[in-house]
Amino acid sequence: MTLRQEQVNTSPKVSDKVKYTTCYMCACRCGIKVHLTDGQVRYIEGNPDHPINKGVLCGKGSSGIMQHLSPARLSAPLKRTGPRGSGEFEEISWEEAFDIATGWLSDIRKTDPRKLAFFTGRDQSQSLTAFWATKFGTLNHAAHGGFCSANMAAAGLYTIGGSFWEFGEPDWEKTKYFMMFGVAEDHDSNPIKTGLGRLKTREDTKYVSVNPVRTGYSSIADEWIPIRPGTDGMFVMALIHELLKSQKVDLEFLIRYTNAPWLVRTEKDHPEDGLFLRDADGNPLLWEKNRGQAVNALLPDVTPELSGVFEMPDGTRARPAFEIMARRYLGQEYSAAEAAEVTGIPAETIRRIAAELAHAAFEQEIELDIAWTDWAGRKHDKMIGRPVAMHAMRGISAHSNGFHTCRAIHLLQMLLGSIDCPGGFRYKPPFPRPCPPGPKPTGKPGQVRAGEPMPGPPLGFITGPEDLLVNEDGSPCRIDKGFSWEHPFSAHGLMHMVIHNAWAADPYPVDTLFLYMANMAWNSSMNSQGTMEMLTDIDEATGEYRIPHIIYSDAYASEMVSYADLVLPDTTYLERWDCVSLLDRPISTAHGPADSIRQPVVQPDRDVRPFQDVLIELGARLGLPAFSKEDGSAAWPGGYADYLVNHQRLPGIGPLAGWRGANGDQQGRGEPNPDQLERYIENGCFWQHELPESQQYYKHANKDYLEFAHGMGFIPSSDQIVMQLYSEPLQRFQLAARGHGALQPPEHLRERIRTFFDPLPIWYQPIEESMVSLDKYPIHAITQRPAAMYHSWGSQNAWLRQIHGYNRLCMHRDLAHELGVTDDDWVHVESHHGKIKAQVRTMNGCERNTVWTWNAIGKRRGAWNLEDDAAEGEKGFLLNHLISELLPIDADGTKRRMSNSDPVTGQAAWFDLRVRISKAEAGNEVSEPRFEPLKPVPGVQRRPKILRFGEQFLPKGSWRRKERS
Amino acid sequence: MTSLPKTTGKKLGLVTDLDICVGCHACAVSCKEWNAGGHSAPLTDTNAYGKDPSGVWFNRVHVYETDDGENTRTVNFPRSCLHCEQPACVTVCPTGASYKREEDGIVLVDAEKCIGCKLCSWACPYGAREYDADDGVMKKCTLCIDRIYNENLEESERQPACVIACPARARHFGDLGDPDSNISRLVERRGGYALMPETGYQPVNRYLPPRARKDQAGDTGTADHLDAAENVDSGHSFFNWLDKALSR
Repeated sequence: MTLRQEQVNTSPKVSDKVKYTTCYMCACRCGIKVHLTDGQVRYIEGNPDHPINKGVLCGKGSSGIMQHLSPARLSAPLKRTGPRGSGEFEEISWEEAFDIATGWLSDIRKTDPRKLAFFTGRDQSQSLTAFWATKFGTLNHAAHGGFCSANMAAAGLYTIGGSFWEFGEPDWEKTKYFMMFGVAEDHDSNPIKTGLGRLKTREDTKYVSVNPVRTGYSSIADEWIPIRPGTDGMFVMALIHELLKSQKVDLEFLIRYTNAPWLVRTEKDHPEDGLFLRDADGNPLLWEKNRGQAVNALLPDVTPELSGVFEMPDGTRARPAFEIMARRYLGQEYSAAEAAEVTGIPAETIRRIAAELAHAAFEQEIELDIAWTDWAGRKHDKMIGRPVAMHAMRGISAHSNGFHTCRAIHLLQMLLGSIDCPGGFRYKPPFPRPCPPGPKPTGKPGQVRAGEPMPGPPLGFITGPEDLLVNEDGSPCRIDKGFSWEHPFSAHGLMHMVIHNAWAADPYPVDTLFLYMANMAWNSSMNSQGTMEMLTDIDEATGEYRIPHIIYSDAYASEMVSYADLVLPDTTYLERWDCVSLLDRPISTAHGPADSIRQPVVQPDRDVRPFQDVLIELGARLGLPAFSKEDGSAAWPGGYADYLVNHQRLPGIGPLAGWRGANGDQQGRGEPNPDQLERYIENGCFWQHELPESQQYYKHANKDYLEFAHGMGFIPSSDQIVMQLYSEPLQRFQLAARGHGALQPPEHLRERIRTFFDPLPIWYQPIEESMVSLDKYPIHAITQRPAAMYHSWGSQNAWLRQIHGYNRLCMHRDLAHELGVTDDDWVHVESHHGKIKAQVRTMNGCERNTVWTWNAIGKRRGAWNLEDDAAEGEKGFLLNHLISELLPIDADGTKRRMSNSDPVTGQAAWFDLRVRISKAEAGNEVSEPRFEPLKPVPGVQRRPKILRFGEQFLPKGSWRRKERS
Repeated sequence: MTSLPKTTGKKLGLVTDLDICVGCHACAVSCKEWNAGGHSAPLTDTNAYGKDPSGVWFNRVHVYETDDGENTRTVNFPRSCLHCEQPACVTVCPTGASYKREEDGIVLVDAEKCIGCKLCSWACPYGAREYDADDGVMKKCTLCIDRIYNENLEESERQPACVIACPARARHFGDLGDPDSNISRLVERRGGYALMPETGYQPVNRYLPPRARKDQAGDTGTADHLDAAENVDSGHSFFNWLDKALSR
């Protein structure tokens, strides 16, 4: 049959209008172009000019329309009318909502500001929220970093003054050898995919992925190393052993850029044993080879000794940090053979990888003909690169040994000389910063006073016991016990402990728990079921809930909404002003600092308000300094947009760095510019400063860069940033535990501090694993992020749920065979803490003794305005039910139960989980535990059975426009 | 029943690089998003918020493992219409709804002529046809025919949505009938292959195979271990190598 060919309109109008903004489907923060037709969102695509994504967009970003239109959207403030968890609410006005919140919060502020615990989830306005908490006067504030990446951030910032992901990135264009540890399809999203694509397409490269599971990024690795969970540190230390043994280390780099030559006091019983020797001005010392004496280690043109024992005129004996480090890792306990036993990686593989690293770093050196000036003013005509780059994330971070493991990776990078050099790991400005950066955390007794703001921010970086937030008896000041002897370096707080501790009134009760974008009653908590019970537990003495008031802000009907007393409905990300600030977690790249905004591309059609506007108004109503004027009126009547432009944290420095100054011709510092947001919008909603070539590398020791960074307010001075291979702050705690100094840990924590506070990286068995019977719980259980739903816990998305509608328990075929199960079978999974039921999928690409599942796919029935029989609730499951926020009770039963966290940083150790698995009886094919469906909360949107998104853009009169609604 | 053009002016198609595809579904979702409001709008989703949601997708990503013992791999495999040169889905069409364009070889469905008999989906061995039960017509990849010639878009944007979105840059679009086009050269250089050529339908799209792994000794031209320095076990003399004078 031949008919006339259809006439296709190949040039239809794409949209009426394009608005630029910033994606919020995960933490990647890509630039997007939003096409609008008849005022509706038609299409979202990547912004080709944007520094993060350069035009590409992932599956999440492309499904933003379904997020924006999700029927789970809330539509009005809600006040609880039934018992907590019942889902019984009434819709109220914003005025009433503010009255309720202001009533609770002003009472707290007047009496005891600690009684407000204000914690936020994966929001991107932590600079505002922390500032608000400071002005409110509560120390009990943090964001979600405690269960996310605190180990990576803390280890990086204490060691190299930057960190993986947000504060650094691989030199994708130039690296020859790329190693990635514990990264599934997350953190970050598009830059890694683009980087890997480019790297592999160059063909003269090698990409190694160290991960127990081979999915996503690992699936395209040139070599996949299926390591046992929690043993990466041992693997890395064995690589260090091999490099040291063969003397394949970059001594020049170590001498110039690290504290390797600094002299460490080695007098075992001395109260300052293990600390650096310093001169009268506090400068560290090194032993000058030519002069035969100790000199200021920060001076240029000195020739240090790296080994030997040196005696000072006063008899003090010291060794260079390098030698202490080298002696440790040359020990046989770090040999490839020993590491093979721990990690499951064959010794010959470890030796080969070490040889490949050395080959790439030292035989494939890069030389760029780019002149630069070092910190001491000496000119160099070339930039020399060691093209080995590394990246690490969740699989390192979420173990209780993650801080030290991450430090070990940074040590390996230093030994290879591959930090901020061509082909190596590169800092993203405003990093590097001093190791560690300021400020110190605030919240000591006396710093928290009724009716007063705190003198500084609640989170920070401590350098010794004197900085801890503890009471005179050594007990914690914070509700999450952050910055206490239990986890001293908790730079991000411990969000995972807040509900437990508030419920247990340990160390004290709170009055109001105020949460934003944190699904704590479900997939953002360890021990989800227990958390629900704690949220609903009533104190028999008073008849009141143990946590008396809960305020929650979210855009969607997440599980947590049902447990709140007051719900403040947020907008979607396309309906708001926002800011991705250099004061917070910017979108910079190694090429230069950058920040960005979100602008409302459409107006909400519901009675909802952006959380940041609400917080600012709440601040004004409470009369908080900086949020209200002396006459009591609001300081930022224009809401968050007003604050973004006009707030100055320091003179001339505000949330946005671009187009400052009255004329908009300044960057970094400058008076507020009333047209600043307009200028951002004209530029696609981002600002970027491209560093000149001469500042692109060696930022830690590059005079021009350091002066620029100082001028921008990134760093307190333009002094060289010396990397801390040997960490003195850790040693200060070690000394305290050994009985030195005025401040010492409580007796029950002394041994813990002594064990875990080592100035050099150590490897130890993950703590939960060391406390349970491995015969009883022989299997590791971890989660991976699905690329299409990384950060899915904050969403309900009609398209993405067709890709990942429910999750399976994935395991190696050999393990399945041993367990007598096969694909589609159901199994019980038990930990020391709980039991779940899940459905099996077998595979080859998995460490033999590890099971895994996609994170945060399972939802509670009835939540998110899904139908009760949706697969997310019927078959989806969470490992969270198996993970306790507390460590097991010791066999002797005498020790108190500590938080299931890294003992250094307090990072939640949710990858330490050990389980046993048994086949479930046939029939009843649903996941467990099974909870009653949550009631739909009032005001959620209509939920179409058949979704015909897009038909509204067809020509009027088309038969395909059914418009059934 | 429906005839094919004798020749087509071009052979427009896609090339997917399986060496760098990480299986992230960006191509699938951006395709869904563009086309939901595009030429074949809508791409209906049934049970969108209930049990077993099922929608029309022109591009789906499959992840599977090759199961050959030691050399097992994970392969991420995006699948969409291959715009065959001899498409059975067209020749079986009883109404002429399914057709192959003369000018560029794109296989399309004319929704006005489609009676929803599904013969084409039975004929296609690649599973590329997507039936929209709510509209009662067959839908499929249009190679973004409403983008690639669209004069309302910048030249650089006149590519299928999946190609523009792909974060790994694993997707390429062009004329596979022109041996000198960039895309044909890429296929030539990388040994690109057609899926199931034995069917005789002559797919236009090509896949680039994964590159060989580099996970064995010698693959990167490096020794398989580092030789330990002398005196490594003898304490201080080992550190003599540090004696060379290096200054800060």
